[in-house]
Amino acid sequence: MKPFNKVEFSFPSNSVNEGFARAAVSAFLSQLDPTVADLTDLKTAVSEAVTNAIVHGYRDKIGFVYISVKLFENGKAVVRVRDKGCGIPNIEEAMEPLFTTGGEERAGLGFAVMQSFCDCVRVTSAVGRGTAVTLTKYFEARE
Amino acid sequence: MSVQLLYKDGVLTAKMNGEIDHHAAREIREAIDSTSQRVKPYCLRLDFSAVPFMDSSGIGLILGRVRLYQFWKGHVVLCGLSSNLNKMVELSGIASVAAIERRAG
Repeated sequence: MKPFNKVEFSFPSNSVNEGFARAAVSAFLSQLDPTVADLTDLKTAVSEAVTNAIVHGYRDKIGFVYISVKLFENGKAVVRVRDKGCGIPNIEEAMEPLFTTGGEERAGLGFAVMQSFCDCVRVTSAVGRGTAVTLTKYFEARE
Repeated sequence: MSVQLLYKDGVLTAKMNGEIDHHAAREIREAIDSTSQRVKPYCLRLDFSAVPFMDSSGIGLILGRVRLYQFWKGHVVLCGLSSNLNKMVELSGIASVAAIERRAG
């Protein structure tokens, strides 16, 4: 199935852009007429993925974060958050709840939140080349 | 994001205003910690009633303050949690280390 609409954008990995990224995705998703709860879930998952790209992907430098959002007729939304940063050596370990390399102030819950707030989370990564997180969520049509 | 701090009778209340993400968390942390380390309140009340959005950075923020307050045997109380913030709080299991006040304010 082909998406009926899509958007792509990118921005430098300054943490001040986290708010812009999730707000932009959220604004685009409103075309699916989601409930506030569903929209907040995906917005939160996007915030986690973008934060991972900024905090971990581009740990010691500023690089670009690439986001694409695809909307499908059946109410499916697919958000892809990609960076060209350091990559994840062990994806399984990184996805374990409470695992973090981000220090004391990071809860290590990013992937757990994404998995709990989305229908599907897929992660591909190559060390030294970057990471892509694909979040899929189905929005039920409102009566 | 802005944080209002109010100290009264050994309780420091931090009323946060705005979305809490990794970017905002640093500012909040610095504001709370500088006052906390000076006055060492026995209780920190984190008021979320004016926080419309929070990702797991907020959980990191809470955990960090729980650890800090343990140094002088203080504790942390969360209040004003909306339903979507509550979802994050429940997922994190943070209720085992911080008390939750169920009435907003």
